[in-house]
Amino acid sequence: MDTDKTNAAAYWRANVRLILGSLVVWALVSYGFGIILRPMLSGIAVGGADLGFWFAQQGSIITFIAIIFHYAWRMNKLDKEFGVEE
Amino acid sequence: MSQFAINLIFVGASFALYFGIAIWARAGSTKEYYVAGGGVHPVANGMATAADWMSAASFISMAGLLSVGYVNSSFLMGWTGGYVLLALLLAPYLRKFGKFTVPDFIGDRFYSKSARLVAVICLIIASVTYVIGQMTGAGVAFSRFLEVSSTAGIWIAAAVVFVYAVVGGMKGITYTQVAQYVVLIIAYTIPAVFISLQLTGNPIPMFGMFGTHVESGVPLLTKLNEVVADLGFRDYTADVENKLNMLLFTLSLMIGTAGLPHVIIRFFTVPKVADARWSAGWALVFIAALYLTAPAVASMARLNLINTVYPEGTSAPALEYAERPEWMKTWEETGLVRFEDKNNDGRIQMYNDKNADFAPIATERGWNGSELTVNNDIMVLANPEIAQLPGWVIGLIAAGGIAAALSTAAGLLLAISSAVSHDLIKTMIKPDISEKGELLAARSSMAVAILVATYLGLNPPGFAAQTVALAFGLAASSIFPALMMGIFSKRVNSKGAVAGMLAGLISTLLYIFTYLGWLFIPGTNMLANTPDNWLFGISPLSFGAVGAMINFTVAYAVSLSTEEPPQDIQDLVESVRTPKGAGGAIDH
Repeated sequence: MDTDKTNAAAYWRANVRLILGSLVVWALVSYGFGIILRPMLSGIAVGGADLGFWFAQQGSIITFIAIIFHYAWRMNKLDKEFGVEE
Repeated sequence: MSQFAINLIFVGASFALYFGIAIWARAGSTKEYYVAGGGVHPVANGMATAADWMSAASFISMAGLLSVGYVNSSFLMGWTGGYVLLALLLAPYLRKFGKFTVPDFIGDRFYSKSARLVAVICLIIASVTYVIGQMTGAGVAFSRFLEVSSTAGIWIAAAVVFVYAVVGGMKGITYTQVAQYVVLIIAYTIPAVFISLQLTGNPIPMFGMFGTHVESGVPLLTKLNEVVADLGFRDYTADVENKLNMLLFTLSLMIGTAGLPHVIIRFFTVPKVADARWSAGWALVFIAALYLTAPAVASMARLNLINTVYPEGTSAPALEYAERPEWMKTWEETGLVRFEDKNNDGRIQMYNDKNADFAPIATERGWNGSELTVNNDIMVLANPEIAQLPGWVIGLIAAGGIAAALSTAAGLLLAISSAVSHDLIKTMIKPDISEKGELLAARSSMAVAILVATYLGLNPPGFAAQTVALAFGLAASSIFPALMMGIFSKRVNSKGAVAGMLAGLISTLLYIFTYLGWLFIPGTNMLANTPDNWLFGISPLSFGAVGAMINFTVAYAVSLSTEEPPQDIQDLVESVRTPKGAGGAIDH
């Protein structure tokens, strides 16, 4: 196996790891806090409602934005580290 | 100046802007026509994607849907969470692949004409069903604000889209969408800010929603829960019982969003792979500007409406019909607000007459059924009047609603016409067609697509309302999994991909048709569309996610039991995975 190929494989593994981590957060705030875990969070009041309601209506959207920008920033760094940037 | 004249000025000025952009951004090559030359700035593309994505339904109907309460949060999470999937799983790699259409990738990666054809068919069905709603939405907006018939409204909308989409192609559409985003977000935000100020004293609606209701001194949502409970409705923030269905519905909307071709092709227009990643983030920022405001509009409009009908509080007698506000009279004329004095007391009682537990209380108070029917679209359309805002705000809403419908229609029409001219004509029927010939074919198929969309908008099939479920179901169960496997697996081969797409597509169609009727023809459904009949309580609208899982499973099973894809295809997968070497979108 030449170095180019090992390098590409390592780059892809790092990318997949980052994607998996991001998707865990993605699922946790929407399906977790917003839907399934809502009853467990009902004790935490947020302006007339509870934390789960806030995540379902606003919190998950704000987190989604943060996930995408974080991913773009980390990937740009990875691109340079592995020397595969355009 | 009359309200009609004000509306005319706002809508007319916005049209002049769109035409100006179309002439400036004339497309001279197929690359400009399909992907705007591949030179769109990521922030501009984010704005265009937001306008492309936010349709007449997002602008006009979503606040109404949300005003039902917590249960419809699925729309908020589903229609935004899909962008995370797009940014992480699809957009950068498809941009690196660097061709013009979604079937281009599926056809090349799975080295199969049948795969390409299945993708083209799914794309056309999903986009055509979607565009019907945009044409009727534009027709409704025109007829309400410009006092023309909705038929004339649809023709005007078609003519406007024709000019800038046929002439400008993706380039014209991109920059008009940027302008349309600005128009629609201003139109949506201004009334919301005023209403939030009136009710909570907070100028930012998303904070006002969780703030204190000035009049009563308790949190706004607590106040809303109280008044809706007083009228026999479920608490606004009440939790749902069927969490599995809510989860699958949200997941279906997310996967469907990420699989809609007219959204995906927007990411082919940016210069670099890194730009595709940033651009998805910007798109979501611009979408969130509306989607974070919508739940605030929903809760505040619902409270305002109840306060209008019960000015002395929900335990005091309701408003006398003779004293109803001016906006109620205007909207009664359109049929979106209807009053029927069931107990002949001259007052407007509005409550939940389907709640058996509440019936004794209603009888005791001499109520004989809820007397006011309010169409959900009112929550946005009549908002400025309910909040007593000046006439120019109403003109702005008119221009905004029309902008939302036109921008989405144009994006869908481009996805359809490029699939026809590029994937059917250029790749499958006449590969030796010249650049000029293909450009002409693209323009002609756009013109035909507009005529078909106009015809369907004028004669909407009876199933128009259900078709959105179909569009999302198809995108989720066929297109998204094929794209994702094409990038993340080197092992999935042509047989697996075709079998998977067909399995996902057919299972989803069968499930939808079983409950909503074959081809949505009323009365042909085999089971009544009620939660008791649904398999594991999964509604037909939520099945797209299950169809996607079926697609993944079948594709892997078939691929593993057949041969590996050829080496050049495995090399292609390697190459889309690394940004290095991405040029502009290239022809083949």
